[in-house]
Amino acid sequence: MAKELWKGNEAIAEAAIKAGCKYFFGYPITPQNEIPEYMALKLPQEGGCFLQAESEVAAINMVYGAAGAGARVMTSSSSPGISLKQEGISYIAGAELPCVIVNIVRGGPGLGSIQPAQSDYFQATKGGGHGDYRMIVLAPASVQEAVDLVQEAFDIADQYRNPVMVMGDGMIGQMMEPVEFVEIPKRQLPEKDWATTGLRGRKEHNVINSLYIEASQCDKHNEDLFAKYAKMEETEIRCEEYNLEGAEIVFAAYGTVARIVKNAIKSLEKEGIKAGLIRPITLWPFPKANFLKAADMPNVKAFLSVEMSMGQMVEDVELSVKGKKPVYFYGKAGGAIPTPKAIVEEAKKILGGAK
Amino acid sequence: MAIVFQKTKGLTEKQTHYCPGCTHGIIHRLVAESLEELGLLDKAIGVAPVGCSVFAYDYFSCDMQEASHGRAPACATGIKRVHPDSAVFTYQGDGDLASIGAAEIVHAAMRGEKFTTIFVNNAIYGMTGGQMAPTTLIGQKATTAPLGRDENHAGMPLRVSEMLATIPKAVFVERVSVHDVPNIMKAKKAIKKAFEIQMKGLGFGIVEVLSTCSTNWGKTPVEALKWLKENMIPYYPIQNFRNPEEVK
Repeated sequence: MAKELWKGNEAIAEAAIKAGCKYFFGYPITPQNEIPEYMALKLPQEGGCFLQAESEVAAINMVYGAAGAGARVMTSSSSPGISLKQEGISYIAGAELPCVIVNIVRGGPGLGSIQPAQSDYFQATKGGGHGDYRMIVLAPASVQEAVDLVQEAFDIADQYRNPVMVMGDGMIGQMMEPVEFVEIPKRQLPEKDWATTGLRGRKEHNVINSLYIEASQCDKHNEDLFAKYAKMEETEIRCEEYNLEGAEIVFAAYGTVARIVKNAIKSLEKEGIKAGLIRPITLWPFPKANFLKAADMPNVKAFLSVEMSMGQMVEDVELSVKGKKPVYFYGKAGGAIPTPKAIVEEAKKILGGAK
Repeated sequence: MAIVFQKTKGLTEKQTHYCPGCTHGIIHRLVAESLEELGLLDKAIGVAPVGCSVFAYDYFSCDMQEASHGRAPACATGIKRVHPDSAVFTYQGDGDLASIGAAEIVHAAMRGEKFTTIFVNNAIYGMTGGQMAPTTLIGQKATTAPLGRDENHAGMPLRVSEMLATIPKAVFVERVSVHDVPNIMKAKKAIKKAFEIQMKGLGFGIVEVLSTCSTNWGKTPVEALKWLKENMIPYYPIQNFRNPEEVK
């Protein structure tokens, strides 16, 4: 198939349909509106169902019901709306239901702005809802990567019976880029024999639930969940390493910012400074080993986390580097975007100090 | 010997956690019997709320989901859209449905979601220990209204059936009570009818069941039934509010 020009949000919606998503429940919020709009038009043509819910709260609970009923289901929103979904996400994780949640992140806190941001990193990776739970968080850096990751997200969700979040900054949702829809290899998936379909001849009733009233049972439930999360950490980490060989400074950046950093790396190269990049594609599980390995490279003098936030992923970089090398932060927030020039200046300042 | 009464297959063998004298047991039985008599147990999917009936998923023998507080109608919407041929129901108390879940029930009714809601109104929060509900009567004491509900402070009790009856797609709305045997029989009839209407695809149906909470009302079970009759029914009249033409 030839490349076509697609707007990020619409491409994400199309990728979900191609992945067999039949149900979508959402509520309008900028800058992700093209996703529900595309679904409203296309899902009925595919024999699926789009429903505009009365709120983000209702939407995520419709997702809970549909996922519990055995369907491939998705919702999308942007930061304030994702905050409203957090209770539901916690229930979905607790009840071990597979679904895909897209967050096209905008500036915060509060109503914030409608421009691109990465300030929902903590919320997505550290458990925005209550209780101990984890969720795989995929962070595409291009419309093409968004399309690929969305398709695989449904399989990952089904494989682990776990919610998966695709987190793109507003730029990923709003920009147009050439895209090729390539079918992602299908995973071997377990039967959904736990789904509430009505008994239909089955002897034991199925129950979708996250309540374990006995402390010992709730403790065991948490242990079981964390055994599952450990498996995810073992097998699902994704990360791009770029230009690390001989790098004096290693950037940490994801999503759109990683692309800006690549421009900065080229500029630094022209000035005779070698810089590299580690780009987490899964924000959880975090590619700790890649950072630790880079920290052990003698050529690496420092790390610089560049984010569209006031410094969130930088904490995971620090934990991964284990104090072996200094870790710095540079960021813009509220919808402002770091420029290559500012990143170059920051790197030079750090290296000047480190020499 | 002829069997004159036996437990419905719609309920499991699990012993319920309900207080002695609680009417949830009766209402569970009416719902389960209705499903069994209509041959719907094999394709029924129920949604339990948060509140006293939170463990309903252990008591009904059909497939069940446990929803977050107030969101059972949203959850049931997701289920019914995936399995349109199933008999889907939510079982919700007054805190769950009339307070935190007010938006969800109104919009499920507005969309005419083809499921059935069993709304158990006992004018109090039971599970959390007797706090004031949106349906708590004026002057009725609750742990968060220790001097009794004051309308100038906490407003007037919400009449859910009357409110939902104004919504065109809420095609079946009826308030019943379980304070005595004749009313229990009428309640069963209404619940059964609501499921029949669902299976005919006519729209959203709700049966509000006036119920007791002797524990949190501070009364014996028998006193509680009397209190319901004398205090709740005058404010919450037992009547049918909406009935579709097709089943009249």
